[in-house]
Amino acid sequence: MTSRVTAPRQGLHRHVLDNGLRVLLVPDPAAPVVGVAVHVDVGFRSEPEGRTGFAHLFEHLMFQGSESLEKLAHFRHVQSSGGVFNGSTHQDYTNYFEVLPSAALERALFLEADRLRAPKLTTENLRNQVDVVKEEIRLNVLNRPYGGFPWILLPPVLYDTYPNAHNGYGDFTDLEQADLDDAAAFFDAYYAPGNAVLTVVGDLDPAEAAELVERHFGDIPARPVPQRPSFAEPEPTDERRDAVTDAHAPLPALALGHRLPDPATDLHGYLAHAVLASLLTDGEAARLTQRLVYGDELVTDVSASCGLMGAPLDARDPDTFTITAVHPGDVDPQRITAAVDDELATLATDGPEPEELRRVTARWASSLHREHDRLMSRMLALGSAELVQGRAELADELPGLIAAVEPSAVAAAAKRLRPDARAVLTVTPGGAA
Amino acid sequence: MTTSTRRSADEIGSTPTGPRPLPALGPQRAVPAPEEVDTVLDSGLRVIAVRRAEVPMVELRLRVPFADQSGRDDSDHAAVAEVLATTILSGTASRSRVAVDDELAGVGGEIGFSVDPERLSVSGHALADGTDTLLEVLADLLVAAAHPEDELARERDRLVERIELASAQPSVIARRALQERRYGDHPVTREMPRPEEVTAVTADAVRALQDSALRPGGSVLVLVGDLDPADAVGRVERALSAWSTGRAVGLDALPPLTAGDLLLVDRPGSVQSQLRLSAPAVGRTDPRYPALQLANLTLGGYFSSRLVENLREDKGYTYHASSSLELDPHGAVLTVETDVASEVTAPALLEARYELGRLAVVPPSADEVESARRYLVGSLLISMTTQAGYASTVAALAAQGLSSSWVREHPARIEAVTVDEVAAAAAEFFAPTGFTGVVVADAGRAGPGLRALGGVELP
Repeated sequence: MTSRVTAPRQGLHRHVLDNGLRVLLVPDPAAPVVGVAVHVDVGFRSEPEGRTGFAHLFEHLMFQGSESLEKLAHFRHVQSSGGVFNGSTHQDYTNYFEVLPSAALERALFLEADRLRAPKLTTENLRNQVDVVKEEIRLNVLNRPYGGFPWILLPPVLYDTYPNAHNGYGDFTDLEQADLDDAAAFFDAYYAPGNAVLTVVGDLDPAEAAELVERHFGDIPARPVPQRPSFAEPEPTDERRDAVTDAHAPLPALALGHRLPDPATDLHGYLAHAVLASLLTDGEAARLTQRLVYGDELVTDVSASCGLMGAPLDARDPDTFTITAVHPGDVDPQRITAAVDDELATLATDGPEPEELRRVTARWASSLHREHDRLMSRMLALGSAELVQGRAELADELPGLIAAVEPSAVAAAAKRLRPDARAVLTVTPGGAA
Repeated sequence: MTTSTRRSADEIGSTPTGPRPLPALGPQRAVPAPEEVDTVLDSGLRVIAVRRAEVPMVELRLRVPFADQSGRDDSDHAAVAEVLATTILSGTASRSRVAVDDELAGVGGEIGFSVDPERLSVSGHALADGTDTLLEVLADLLVAAAHPEDELARERDRLVERIELASAQPSVIARRALQERRYGDHPVTREMPRPEEVTAVTADAVRALQDSALRPGGSVLVLVGDLDPADAVGRVERALSAWSTGRAVGLDALPPLTAGDLLLVDRPGSVQSQLRLSAPAVGRTDPRYPALQLANLTLGGYFSSRLVENLREDKGYTYHASSSLELDPHGAVLTVETDVASEVTAPALLEARYELGRLAVVPPSADEVESARRYLVGSLLISMTTQAGYASTVAALAAQGLSSSWVREHPARIEAVTVDEVAAAAAEFFAPTGFTGVVVADAGRAGPGLRALGGVELP
């Protein structure tokens, strides 16, 4: 059996409005639902120094009302149309989206256009959302074991520059100091229509949808599009180490961070790392799972990820390959890193077995089919691929590209993950709580 | 003003055109029911196969009633069952642990076992042309899992570590405390065994439990995907022919909840408090259920609800606040939950109680009911648009003795509910006097406020 590729079902229609907004219309009549997503080309790497967490805080503010929509109206209109909504902030982009019964297509476009045109930014809403975001951070980071591990804790070990190293959730002090002028400046700088991609997927006619998009987004005035800065910094030239204490963690943990190839210039080499991550820790038979969990019995769990936030191709260069493990207190973390290095050296020398590679490819195909069966996931994958990698088609082509990764490319990827160019972070249980 | 001038927040928020009207909803296309076969095999296993061919995959769900039948207070059932669900993937008479995973991976497949006080659940998927492989591996695990001694010893240790890890999560601590507050030492409270109970589990006990309890009669297997339903049932029947006898046993109806004070559980050093309130409710087959669902949405069942708008969007006490219906095969309970900053524990409880009381005595508005109604119908539609969502929904319905027709007919039931019926359900189920529950918090910080408020049992 060979793995199959998700064929674009009914094609993909691209438009650019006069104000610069890039539009993707993707008909998918499988179910009578539609999805609308706006991806804006600004993430937490672009937030100003002294304003950590601001990109995410601003995402919250975009739900707080706009010229035609009082506070709470956005939520109410989406949900009382039978829909679901959300937004999220990543390294290089922020997205806003809803999925609704197809009867609500025009309404969803109206809601997104209104806040991209004229969000209502008020001090009252800003202070309220600072409180909400602080509770979100307490829930996801401060009041739980392994909060922010590794996505907040590892970057400052691997990277030197503020954009790559700082905490994207934000320090409470910075969040509290954020004011309305920051919000206005951030919106004007980054939320220009020419700095965003609108993705509309589902039970739609492309011509009708194009007309609705023009009707609602067409009169948003064009504004200057910011020059996207380079976040490049030199690769580490030695092993960088740091240690943190976690008051809530019952067991020690370890994270290794390596730099990934730039997907814009070396997509093939980048995807070899995605395959490598699967070979290492996806499934009971995976190499590191076999070695560390079942063979040497050094760890409770181990996981490798191509991309700091867990998904490949979610960020531009530089991005991070991570290996994380939770382990018993009597295991020296040096033994774990030594075993990881040993497995990587074996893969670098011998490469994976063809049959092993075929199984990984089949699992990838299957997981992408499942992801694309969910309209919301496919829409977000198309939108972020268009914005971050410049080609929405990548989202649909990924199973084929993954299947084309040969053993030698995986061996080369394993060879790149050198001990003398990585970050090692150890987490020690603090036992305070 | 030129484009290079920085605009103020006020300038950004208004345009010469001014506010615009909300577009009306368009026409909504109806969904035809997918092809389906729903039948019971000679073994007593109910099989539901549904054709949903959007992607070339199949989703598999198996639900086996799996209750503790010992009747003993010191029962080790929860620990043995938990180890069983872990080591069942450790291999069979003919396949090693690695061979199981390799064979599934070859067809893009995965299979997972989990267990709770009510049932053992299997969730799996594979590329559609690997359906037979998925079923063969499942059958082998069900009838010939070996639970080898060495694998079991290691898995027991890993399980202990995972339980310790989970036990450090505030949500898990709160869930355990809530279960004990609601049901005392009833088996339903044993959602996660204690480490020492796991350590004592033997391979013989695991094999004995698999032999006696993992049975087809009364269980249900759901397949949804790129398949022909009648053909798929035939494949299931052939693949599972050796899993042929015995009846699985589920939990009896749970003891009724008793209203009472909340219990404060001390978690020193925590920066956030967990509030969990619970009251009796009714399940899917009760005629009041659709009205109860709409009342629940109005309180905290979705974002546009009173709890979220008050505790989060007005007060900023929390990131999330919700109200939900927990269904079991015999009935349901309501659970209201939120996690709030330690210093606002008592104020948040005050507001939660206020919203419960307000819902019970001030009827929800027609707009609120209509919004909840549209959301319920729409989100049900959206949840059924994926193979995985469809499979999980059908399996959950089957566990309550219902079929997929229930979910197809449910929108009509929701449409028929009147505002008065929602008000009646609100009054019946949401009165704050009907609730019990727990607060997990740093007692030193939250205790004085809770004492002042009353209705909380302090340590």
